[in-house]
Amino acid sequence: MSVTDELKAAVQAQTNKSGDAGHPMEDFLRMDRIPHIWCPTCGIGVVVNCFARALEKIGIPLDDVAVVSGIGCTGRVAGYVKIDSFHTTHGRAIPFATGLKLGNPKLKVVVISGDGDLVSIGGNHFVHAARRNVDITVICVNNFNYAMTGGQMAATSPTDSILTTSPYGNFETPFNLPFLAESVGATYVARWTALHIHRQTEAMIDALTKPGFTFVEILAPCPTIFERRNKFGDGLDRLNYYYEHSEIKHGEPTANVDVGLRTKIIVGKFVDKDRPTWLDSMNSHLKRKLGDRFTPYEG
Amino acid sequence: MKADPKGVMTGAHYLDGDHACCEGALAAGCRFISGYPITPSTEVVERFASRIPIVGGVFIQMEDELASSIALQGAVWAGKKAMTVTSGPGFSLMMEHIGLAAMTECPCVFVNVQRGGPSTGLPTQPAQADMMQARWGSHGDYEIIALSPSSPQECFDFMIDAFNISEKYRVPVMFMMDECVGHMIERVSIPEADQIEITERNYTKLPPGEYLPFKPAENMVPEMCKVGDGHRIHVTGLTHDYRGYPAMNPEAQEEQVGRIVRKIRDQADDIVRYEEFDVEDADVVVISYGITHRVAVQAVRAARDKGIKVGMMRLIIVWPFPEKRIAELAEQGKALVMAELNYGQVFFEVDRCAKGKVPVILAGHGGGTVHETDYIVSKIEEAYQCR
Amino acid sequence: MRIREHKKPFGFEKPSRPHGKIIIIDERCKGCGFCVEYCPQDVLELSERFNKKGYHPPEAVNDHACVNCGFCRMICPEFAIYTVEDEPVIG
Ligand SMILES: Cc1ncc(C[n+]2csc(CCOP(=O)(O)OP(=O)(O)O)c2C)c(N)n1
Ligand code: SF4
Ligand SMILES: [Mg+2]
Repeated sequence: MSVTDELKAAVQAQTNKSGDAGHPMEDFLRMDRIPHIWCPTCGIGVVVNCFARALEKIGIPLDDVAVVSGIGCTGRVAGYVKIDSFHTTHGRAIPFATGLKLGNPKLKVVVISGDGDLVSIGGNHFVHAARRNVDITVICVNNFNYAMTGGQMAATSPTDSILTTSPYGNFETPFNLPFLAESVGATYVARWTALHIHRQTEAMIDALTKPGFTFVEILAPCPTIFERRNKFGDGLDRLNYYYEHSEIKHGEPTANVDVGLRTKIIVGKFVDKDRPTWLDSMNSHLKRKLGDRFTPYEG
Repeated sequence: MKADPKGVMTGAHYLDGDHACCEGALAAGCRFISGYPITPSTEVVERFASRIPIVGGVFIQMEDELASSIALQGAVWAGKKAMTVTSGPGFSLMMEHIGLAAMTECPCVFVNVQRGGPSTGLPTQPAQADMMQARWGSHGDYEIIALSPSSPQECFDFMIDAFNISEKYRVPVMFMMDECVGHMIERVSIPEADQIEITERNYTKLPPGEYLPFKPAENMVPEMCKVGDGHRIHVTGLTHDYRGYPAMNPEAQEEQVGRIVRKIRDQADDIVRYEEFDVEDADVVVISYGITHRVAVQAVRAARDKGIKVGMMRLIIVWPFPEKRIAELAEQGKALVMAELNYGQVFFEVDRCAKGKVPVILAGHGGGTVHETDYIVSKIEEAYQCR
Repeated sequence: MRIREHKKPFGFEKPSRPHGKIIIIDERCKGCGFCVEYCPQDVLELSERFNKKGYHPPEAVNDHACVNCGFCRMICPEFAIYTVEDEPVIG
């Protein structure tokens, strides 16, 4: 028996002993792939919990949901959720999701990926999907670095962050993701930390139920790299940091919500507006122009 | 299954190759294109953008070729037949997603209307210099299928084949046109929809829980499903097992990557497609494909007029390569001339298959225009002499 | 008379509150301490025990106080702890 099999058997025995239906995530996760690869005190697992809870609260059948991820530690989310899921190429989750959504508009398509994936290598796709208002939800786990490749500086790393490719501190200016998302047209923008489990779940519910390009940023500890190299302690210390330094400011102009290395963190719901989606615009526009010659597109 | 009449513009038309290619795709059931403009392929998506609202489907102009070459794969998993269209520089950007399509066995079509390269090269002029890139361009081991039309009529006809083959083998198909074929206007006759045979996607009949998206079935090709059918599949570009789960070990690599290579290589005899003329008695055989085939026909006639017994082999499906047939021709002592619009690409395949038994001569050309007939004739003569 | 003494909420003799049974899947735990630190009722503590991976899983030292809020389940990045509804605690 391999070590993993042994662990699985032990978990099974213990779950059976508890005499109930088992962990509530049992139906949501590919349990045959747990334990996952994420490090102890990594925040990604918390986001997965909240995402599952959000879907449960919405009550949408899981067969109608698809998760698309890019590459990275966060990109592995697609591999653990027991719904139709795609682990694509680095940076290209959003265009894949665009094709999937337009191929079958009845699906609820969610992109869950890392900051590097979504706004560095995939930045152009992020910008354009938001501009077009493609009806997808993007959940970005921002750990301020390229974690999977060992902790390089990213487009989100706060100035002065020490990372493997910024060994003397980052001298670039990072993206402020809510500001970016709003300025390119996202209809919903919120930021929470991994500690804000109820708030982030509510934000995911809002984002998943609102038409258009909706964006939720979750700041999450990457204790193995970002927190360690920048002397924040482990993931628990970082949650404590979030606890002490987060300030909830709904409706705060996104231009004001930059995150510095050791500054306060402004969280909240920043944008919630209505705009026709790409598909709605296509259908109404072409109907107007072509009249009866147009074949309305429903998938 | 027969074609959906909605997409079939039955009748005789004067179309350029790009437009014919678009009509072929519509007839084949393509209802989704994600594209990005680039000369000389743009007319394909321009026509699709004007036709698809009437036929019913989606055209989306993406932000770049990285996006267009993956958006179509999303549409395929949603149940659509889909393609993307580009030329040279755009094709280079698409390489990673050709690998993704091969690895995840996503049936789809990539059209490349070739122009002179490298880099920006000759945007408005022809070449056939992306042939090796089409086959090997993405990293890692994989196989694709590539067709090469030489007239607008073939752009229409072969496009239907391209979609059908991609479904049969669950493989990305490269449709390798060139600027000349793309922009030449000729008569294209489009048959009635009930005359067009369409290969449907091979959706599994197994219930959720039993279906394994990467377990080989008939012809080593796994059955498909689509998102929303309840199979709750996982698809990854990582090496994966039958379930689609990442499997980081040499056994899984052999099982999955070995199979996507073997499913094409081992069945190459069923896939290869070529035409021959006057090969029986020939001392020299000219091999070509795409636009160059049309020049080569002239050259063969001219050489015959000069008394050289020369035949012609024309590749319709270039990849997989008809290795056995080339070996046979070499076995029969026929000298071989490879005519193509590049400085030698498919030539090396011919040379490899001939195994030194006969002279193999390259009639190459850097592109920008087609070959001069006389140049190919001179190569035929050269081959004839050193035979 | 104070309102608490005046009313009998929900027909109970004494006020009642929800209670949860805590289930810890030891072998999944990586000992991060998130649940211990953030349980609003301070029900949990890291145990002295080791699991197979060498981490100290939490244990419920004050399970009487659990109100079945499910915070531990949500904050656990390893899917290693959850609560199920138990008989309400009266009084
Ligand atoms: C085209 C390409 N370039 C680079 C990589 C290497 N790579 C893998 S993951 C990654 C960074 C991921 O960072 P992020 O999206 O923030 O995810 P995290 O691991 O931090 O969750 C990089 C650069 C790759 N897989 N593909
Ligand atoms: S490297 Fe960082 S982001 Fe990746 S699993 Fe570990 S803690 Fe999480
Ligand atoms: Mg990151």
